[in-house]
Amino acid sequence: MNPLATIGRIFLAFLASVGRIALFAATAISHCFRPPFYPTLVLRQMRDIGYFSLPVVGLTALFTGMVLALQSFTGFARFQAEGAVATVVVLSMTRELGPVIAGLMVAGRVGASMAAEIGTMRVTEQIDALMTLSTNPFKYLVVPRLIAGLTMMPVLVLVADIIGVLGGYLVGVYKLNFNAAAYLKQTADYLQIMDVVSGLVKAAVFGFLVAVLGCFHGYHSGGGAQGVGRATTNSVVSSSIMILIVDYMLTEMFFATR
Amino acid sequence: MSDPAKIAVRGIAKSFGQKHVLAGVDLTVRPGESLVVIGGSGTGKSVLLKIILGLIKPDVGSITVDGEETVGLDARARERVNAKFGMLFQSAALFDSLSVWENVAFGLIQGRGMAPAEAKQHAIENLAAVGLPADVGALSPAELSGGMRKRVGLARAIATRPEIIFFDEPTTGLDPIMSDVINDLIIGCVKTLGATTVSITHDMHSARKIATHIAMLNGGKIVWTGPIAELDRTGNPYVEQFIHGRADGPIKMQIRA
Repeated sequence: MNPLATIGRIFLAFLASVGRIALFAATAISHCFRPPFYPTLVLRQMRDIGYFSLPVVGLTALFTGMVLALQSFTGFARFQAEGAVATVVVLSMTRELGPVIAGLMVAGRVGASMAAEIGTMRVTEQIDALMTLSTNPFKYLVVPRLIAGLTMMPVLVLVADIIGVLGGYLVGVYKLNFNAAAYLKQTADYLQIMDVVSGLVKAAVFGFLVAVLGCFHGYHSGGGAQGVGRATTNSVVSSSIMILIVDYMLTEMFFATR
Repeated sequence: MSDPAKIAVRGIAKSFGQKHVLAGVDLTVRPGESLVVIGGSGTGKSVLLKIILGLIKPDVGSITVDGEETVGLDARARERVNAKFGMLFQSAALFDSLSVWENVAFGLIQGRGMAPAEAKQHAIENLAAVGLPADVGALSPAELSGGMRKRVGLARAIATRPEIIFFDEPTTGLDPIMSDVINDLIIGCVKTLGATTVSITHDMHSARKIATHIAMLNGGKIVWTGPIAELDRTGNPYVEQFIHGRADGPIKMQIRA
């Protein structure tokens, strides 16, 4: 087989799915602004995405902050810069690791469950049933998840930021013997509003991406248990990759010019 | 053709890749008729129903419901047309995140904007109409047996008092007695509602019981259609082979993995 033709085919298939996802997202967004609205479903999704993700996101953020303090301390000790630990922890958490780690955890926890749930509804004809009962599946299934993803991720990341900084503080003060007041002062001194805001904007974008990709793969799930399994895998893999790519692009947008 | 058609299907064709599932289907359903579409597995019976409901877009052809063209309607107009329809899905397609009564009341609450308390009363009445007690309403669909799921699906399909009801293999996967119970319920519900129905099945016993008219789908086309009384003297080799369940005949089952 001609290798160039194969590359071309793969590339075309990739572009086609990018187009399909973009159309899906555009349709979903347009439905966000047209009635009927389902506020109870939005609240339920906000609870599922936000509240129920708190333990896993909090735990990962805590250990990320802790290891960040430990690593930067041992690394910076090589050139007598241990004093920068608090600053490194707070900047890394708010600008980068808070949104990315929370995004990846939510992609695994929430994106997978969206793809599996909507995929199962597709396979068992429940989505068809919605349409025969005069209910638009985009409005009923996709829009609540999009809104919840978009709004709850920043909240989750704000919590993750705080817990991560706390993790760094615990290691810094109780293990590395920093002065507690000095550590906190250094944390606050070099932190700018923009650091936190950029992280929260990233979070909102990641939440949107995870919800769109989870819903898209579920909505277009193939037949049977295998189809739903594939939809779930695709949703987690594609949203994880997208989070990392978009993270770079957003970082460049926010900070490259400075 | 004196009666105006409730549903008129003209020249509908649909291919999935290289596979031509429907190749020019013409079908007329008149008001109050109970049409049963028979045909082997994989002949596109379900696809035909889904095309009429707008769940799948046909490649070519026209479908009118009460004289209104429905192919190519936008989402909003489609919702309005679909309010005339009720459908019982093959595996009932109950929403498993909702309780049984919420399933039955779904079309009333979401589609018609009825208050939940009132819709619950209607749901319980509809459950009673399919022979289920009110306390079933509180269960989750996962707790129901196959026959009960079908009944709940039927209750949901009739709850909005639709003018047209579709039944997708209503008796598949049920024991003979439960099949007959469902057949009786279908006949009873249709009579009370005065609805027009289209069913698809390959269960000839069920077909003979609920049909007023039969259409046979084979090779992507309707090969025979007529009143149920004429089913046994059609002289049509496809119909003869199908209703007697013979392996030999003009219909070749595609046997491949």
